[in-house]
Amino acid sequence: MSTQRGRITITGFDADAVENRDELSEWSDDKQTEIESRWRMVVREIIRDRLALIGGSIVLLMLFVAIFSKSIEIAGVTVQPISITPYDPGETLVADPHAAPSLTHPMGTDRIGRDMLSRVMVGTRFSVTIGLVVTTLAGTFGVIYGGISGYFGGKVDALLMRLVDMVFAFPGLVLAIVIVTMLGRGYWQLVVAFAATGWATYARLIRGEILKVKQNEYVLAAKALGGRDRRVLFRHVVPNAIAPVIVQATLSIGTVVIGVAALGFLGIGFTGSTAEWGTMINAERSTIVSAGGTWDTWWVTVFPGAMLFVFVMAMNMIGDAVNDALDAQGGEDLDAAGGGG
Amino acid sequence: MTLLEVNDLTVKFYTPDGVVRAVDGLSYQIERGEKFGIVGESGAGKSVSALSLLRLIEEPGQIESGEILLDGEDLLEMSDSEIRQVRGNRIAMVFQDAQTALNPVYTVGEQIAEAIRHHLDYSDREAKERTIELLDTVGIPDAETRYSDYPHEFSGGMQQRVVIAMALSCDPDLLIADEPTTALDVMTEAKILEELESLSEEFDTAIQLITHDLGVIAELCDRVVVMYAGRPVEKAPIEDLFYDPKHPYTVGLMASIPRIGTGVDRLKTIPGTMPDLIEVPSGCSFHPRCPYAEEACTRTDPALVDPATGAKAGPDDDRGASCLEYTGDLTQGLSFDVSVETQRPEEPLPGEQNE
Amino acid sequence: MSLRRFIAQRILVSIPVLLGVSIITFGLVHLAPGDVVDIIIGLDPNATPADRIRLRNELGLDRPIYIQYIDWLTDALQGDFGRVYTMGPDAGDYIASRWPETVLLGLFGWTFALLIAIPTGIYAAVRKGKLGDDVSRFVALFGISIPNFWLGLMLLAIFAVQLNFWSASVPQKPLLSREMLWWLLLPGITIGTAASANLMRIMRTSMVEEMNKEYVTAARAKGLSERTVILKHVLRNSLISVVTVAAFLTAGIVAGSVVVETVFGWPGLGKLFIDAAVAQEINLILAITLFTGVAIVLANLVADILYALLDPRIRDEY
Repeated sequence: MSTQRGRITITGFDADAVENRDELSEWSDDKQTEIESRWRMVVREIIRDRLALIGGSIVLLMLFVAIFSKSIEIAGVTVQPISITPYDPGETLVADPHAAPSLTHPMGTDRIGRDMLSRVMVGTRFSVTIGLVVTTLAGTFGVIYGGISGYFGGKVDALLMRLVDMVFAFPGLVLAIVIVTMLGRGYWQLVVAFAATGWATYARLIRGEILKVKQNEYVLAAKALGGRDRRVLFRHVVPNAIAPVIVQATLSIGTVVIGVAALGFLGIGFTGSTAEWGTMINAERSTIVSAGGTWDTWWVTVFPGAMLFVFVMAMNMIGDAVNDALDAQGGEDLDAAGGGG
Repeated sequence: MTLLEVNDLTVKFYTPDGVVRAVDGLSYQIERGEKFGIVGESGAGKSVSALSLLRLIEEPGQIESGEILLDGEDLLEMSDSEIRQVRGNRIAMVFQDAQTALNPVYTVGEQIAEAIRHHLDYSDREAKERTIELLDTVGIPDAETRYSDYPHEFSGGMQQRVVIAMALSCDPDLLIADEPTTALDVMTEAKILEELESLSEEFDTAIQLITHDLGVIAELCDRVVVMYAGRPVEKAPIEDLFYDPKHPYTVGLMASIPRIGTGVDRLKTIPGTMPDLIEVPSGCSFHPRCPYAEEACTRTDPALVDPATGAKAGPDDDRGASCLEYTGDLTQGLSFDVSVETQRPEEPLPGEQNE
Repeated sequence: MSLRRFIAQRILVSIPVLLGVSIITFGLVHLAPGDVVDIIIGLDPNATPADRIRLRNELGLDRPIYIQYIDWLTDALQGDFGRVYTMGPDAGDYIASRWPETVLLGLFGWTFALLIAIPTGIYAAVRKGKLGDDVSRFVALFGISIPNFWLGLMLLAIFAVQLNFWSASVPQKPLLSREMLWWLLLPGITIGTAASANLMRIMRTSMVEEMNKEYVTAARAKGLSERTVILKHVLRNSLISVVTVAAFLTAGIVAGSVVVETVFGWPGLGKLFIDAAVAQEINLILAITLFTGVAIVLANLVADILYALLDPRIRDEY
């Protein structure tokens, strides 16, 4: 070692020699860059989640039942001719009223002798479709609304979000009840009622995502790329926001379905003899609330309610799995290129 | 007796993607009051080795083997309550990002005082007094009022000082500083390093400094170990490391330090990147990036040897390098050269600042 | 800034929101195709078109809507919510007599939710990945998915009707008597279940997030016991996000009370609301909806204040 002290200069460490020579061994830099696309990993996580699979199967099964339980006619044309319900859901006295579950009537009969199984099957139609319809409507509207608010920012944003705040000041159910009272009972009235209260969550969600991106990428975009901020916003917001929106949607479907059933139960949803689960329970309420009695005819209230429970739980399992899968990817940017952050 | 003796420490992380060998056979010693440096790039396992000293390695990581002897006692054999006695008390840690290392909802004073109350059994009032003294010592003005301030009310440099105060609160024998100045600007960095040095002298505290910055090492440390891909590749006293480096990686690190005033167009770097620690290259892990690598380097993993004798370097040995050159296995040898420009005391070199 | 200024500021900001709440409530009700006059007249078979017009004038329905709104609002602020046609006295009186019942039920639900959710959430977070965690999460999934009216019905059916541990109808005792409080357990549990499940998940997520932060490692590095680290350092930070969610749950508990009160026959505002909806009593619906909105805005205000108490950084942002 030199005994001198001072400025050190190294010569002879030739980086180029390393780059230009042949590979000495099998190991290469490229091996490491094979990071699986984040999206693929998310999907893989979801499929791996057993609960999600169970949930997914249940939902598919119910969808199947919803479609094929009774024939569907649109404007007089029979679109779907299959009817798998063992009895006509509206037909009364196919057996004794309040008959206990048996082989011919696995879910028993209700108070005017209608087959419970058939009614429960048809009930999927109301619940499943309303859930999907409302969520699609509310989600679409909410995303657009939130998108506009977030994109423009400033006063527009403040104003639009104030409206959202005010919608949030009411429990969804309360507002829905008010709307139904005003509009009357029926399928589409219920859709309006629940969509009108549900959109706000999506609006907030999307706006939040846009704000997040604005805080990070905007600065980058403004400096490095000049006026390309719109593309950057879009490119980063959409992939990032899709995920929480989907999670929210699956969880919301459950809430909507329960809400609709609740209104049916309270007697302000569908009309009295509709084979909707909540309405069915309401029709048979007296089997429980007869003071001093015993609970004999359990099947008329247990089965419809259990169906609700199972459906909502299935949706929540799916929503949870998506949520967990996304969490597992950490808070990193899922960008449109599908690669790493 | 040496204060700290680390023997053959190996730490592995069992992840879904594979087993990560974060630290592999690390051995070193630190004497009382000594300032010891661990250098390496990001991902080289430096922080993991530090956390191991305090047994703060969590799932999915595990300390697989080795000994960590503090004043002769093996920390890895201690019970949970015993190791908690060591933490903060005999060995303390200064974290890299002071902002995240401080709990945002408690005052700065409280976070320092709680360690004092816990370890030294001081009363509330005594702990507060001592904390204020400490804040003063680390150079925080107006310490008494600042005691009740929250972390977000301090600047970055001040936060770092708080974290240092927190570490020193119970008068530890060893202070581990994990990248203590990386998040700071150069001016603050210089001050903090000065602070660390004077505190070390004043309290006779040994420092284990972990960093990727050779400049910081040069400022503060007495002896150094250089790590690459979880393994130690060179150890030396500070002057030897700079003026007489033995391992090609060390040489590469030094060659990449940009010089002001030399008029070079491109920055020099070590080609390639640090391998991820799941799939480590065969033989010497540095071979894909080493200009002097030969076929032998892909087959044999060099042990840390004394460059003069070629015999295995024990914990007592001052110098060690893990390169096949020193066991005589390379045919072409290492063709680098270290030249020193002596500095004339009156004339500063072009670009260098006046101290 | 000082806490007092912060509170004053938040209260100030709430006022426009409250105003907005009243506007929305009013607007919703009057936006509908139905007509108040039709509803009222519908009850009287002898009504003539002249009567309709007279009633319109009387009720001031021919005036522009914003004047109607201002009238209504000024009356409301004085406690006059208008007449209830089918159910008796003034709407305002109704509310005054019923709100304690609802508040009591709400408190039950709240307490139950918090008592269950917070310890369970902490437990699940600390035992993350192990059996205890999985079980807790599954139970929470249950709690969120079960329809509250069905849960109430089942509880009633099993415990009251079948097993006779509870009476199936509301006891005729003073509100705060032991019998009443005992009876309220069933409806309280019904309301609290959904809220508790949600809260538990949030608590867990929040704790897990916090536990990954560096200040936790730093606290451990100081040699503090694990118990201190979790309960002193982590918990306080986690509670911050939990508090905001808890405020949101007020909305859920209010919505829940609408349903649960009807299931159990509990004479509170929720049941009143449904009765009003069925009878299409607009004034009453308006009044209760407004009440709900106000309650929730207040709950959010409390949450904001709690948030500021827990997190010193927030106070300085304003």
